[in-house]
Amino acid sequence: MVTYIIRRILFFIPVLFMVLLFNFVLMRSLPGGPFSSVGERQLPPSVVASIEAQYHLDWPMWKQFVAYTIGDELIGGQGDAKGVIRGDFGESLKFRNQDVSTILKQSFPISLQLGLMATVLAIVMGVPLGVIAALRQNSWIDYSATFLAVFFLSVPNLVLAPLLVWIVALRLGWLPVAGWGAEKDFLLGIFPNPADWNVQYIEHALLPVFALGTASAAGIARLTRGSLLQVIREDYIRTARAKGLKERVVVTVHALKNSLIPVVTILGPIFAALVTGTFVVEQIFGINGMGKHFIASVGNRDYPLLIGATLIYAVVLVFANLVVDISYAWLDPRIRYD
Amino acid sequence: MTVTELPGQDDSAPIRKERSLYAESFIRLRKNKAAVVSLIFIVALALSAIFANVISSFDPAQQDLLANNAVPRWMLFMLPENAENYARFSDKFPLSADSLGRDLLSRTLHGARISLSVAIVAATVSLVIGTAYGSISGYLGGSVDNFMMRIVDFLYAFPFLITVILLQAYFKAIARTNDSSGIMGAVINLNNDMGGMLFLFIAIGLLNWIGMSRIARGQVLSLKQKEFVEAAHAMGASDTRIISKHLLPNIIGPLIVAETLAIPGYIFLEAFLSFIGLGVDAPTPSWGIMISEGVQGLRSYPNQVLVPAVFLSLTVLAFNFLGDGLRDAFDPKMKE
Repeated sequence: MVTYIIRRILFFIPVLFMVLLFNFVLMRSLPGGPFSSVGERQLPPSVVASIEAQYHLDWPMWKQFVAYTIGDELIGGQGDAKGVIRGDFGESLKFRNQDVSTILKQSFPISLQLGLMATVLAIVMGVPLGVIAALRQNSWIDYSATFLAVFFLSVPNLVLAPLLVWIVALRLGWLPVAGWGAEKDFLLGIFPNPADWNVQYIEHALLPVFALGTASAAGIARLTRGSLLQVIREDYIRTARAKGLKERVVVTVHALKNSLIPVVTILGPIFAALVTGTFVVEQIFGINGMGKHFIASVGNRDYPLLIGATLIYAVVLVFANLVVDISYAWLDPRIRYD
Repeated sequence: MTVTELPGQDDSAPIRKERSLYAESFIRLRKNKAAVVSLIFIVALALSAIFANVISSFDPAQQDLLANNAVPRWMLFMLPENAENYARFSDKFPLSADSLGRDLLSRTLHGARISLSVAIVAATVSLVIGTAYGSISGYLGGSVDNFMMRIVDFLYAFPFLITVILLQAYFKAIARTNDSSGIMGAVINLNNDMGGMLFLFIAIGLLNWIGMSRIARGQVLSLKQKEFVEAAHAMGASDTRIISKHLLPNIIGPLIVAETLAIPGYIFLEAFLSFIGLGVDAPTPSWGIMISEGVQGLRSYPNQVLVPAVFLSLTVLAFNFLGDGLRDAFDPKMKE
């Protein structure tokens, strides 16, 4: 098991390197640059060139890539760039005198909190709904749960989010329209500061979390239902019933655990999608998360910010998949990694 | 005693008509009301998208600044209570007009062109690439299979959404360079003529074949052990012939079902890319662009979000029901 985890983590290195290389080259190939205009005014080429030289954007691409990944000492730089492997994400080209790591430290925790809560909501809503639908198969409960699931799968968050704002926040006035209840100086760099643990935080979180999480909840409900229906017909469930176990024990202890394996399979992608897919929800609810920086930096050609955000997303994705693979072994002891 | 008739050879008994697997599946599909209604909806939407100019006489890009935000009377219930004080009521536009005075019905129907084209083209591209890749990998097996599947694993770990965003940003930037020489110039011109749709197809289709290739490979792996493949081998059929004549017809059903179930994802992706400004080019209407523009005036004119939102959700709902129906029809065992 330990060797498996180590091997998997070693597999991350080439993946992350390729993500970095591919996206780095793609970004730098974009026509136009970060300094070609200030506002509406075009800068003269000589001024642009001198600013770009200051950020070493005039170097050949391979040199910039080396400087970004492992630092610029080896290729004759002054040690301005320490390289991403030493935790230096460089300086933002748009937000002057701000390190990318500072910007990301302020914005990524918000996206992460939003994504985490949406994942929890998806599980808490989806699994019970699927279980109830499966246990009452072909009853009206089953049909309405299935319909509800297909319905929420069909309403994307860029539809659901404005609808929630319009109905719950604007018409009914129950919850705030926009914003996020936690500011920087996060607990452990991720969680909201204890000072922010209050009703406002929850009020601000409810709508975006709901808008983000329901589609995944619907997917989980459908998968749980299908998987539980399959498991419940297995021989060992009949054996468990035959030896006189209570139905509740049969379902919760014997059937549910095995039926959750396919559910766990999609949890990794779901978590990654929810954390990284907050662009729309953040924009509609005016939340200062990482999604906003990500989209804006594409247009601003803010290469260091863009590649920093991309790397964080990639790391979240590969680790989510690793956790999923490890949890298989816990759910199904027949699965062994050697 | 002479036996003239064998038992069971009763001529009057109805002989069950021999039907192919696909005909059987189609009959099962017809019994599924939700799937049939969905199919009718999709066909009707496709027809209205094709004949958008006939149905709505307004040009989707034509601005009428004297009628901006015009709302027909019947939409009053969607607006806030004080709407009487500020809204411009006019029955000129059946589904209201946006903040630039463009007809929302025309824009919605022209937007359907984008969503449906993306659905069809992305599905076809990913089906073709995924099936070819997966079946070759599964059929050849051994180290080739191992190598080809490692590539798939590798791509799976790639942050897909981000790659699409960057690819689209790249395509949009080169489309603006006005470089009209050579093959690239021809492609760029074609893309501009299509309102930016060509690059959208490429970006979405090129990156979505991965899941399909895994399904195709799994199907081929289980089929290639079967007797009929061995028989074809024994009769000296070439690999190409076995794959195209014996394996593909048997696996195409499940693959089409999987592809139909993937279509909502493509429609969402297009809407998302348009929402963040990386979809089709500006005057071309897309549901994602319409929602993103409507959100800015959500407080006063929620109707401008609701119109494209309802169409987007209904279309995806229809594809979901159709996909479920197809799956149940092709594989009745899965329905249980």
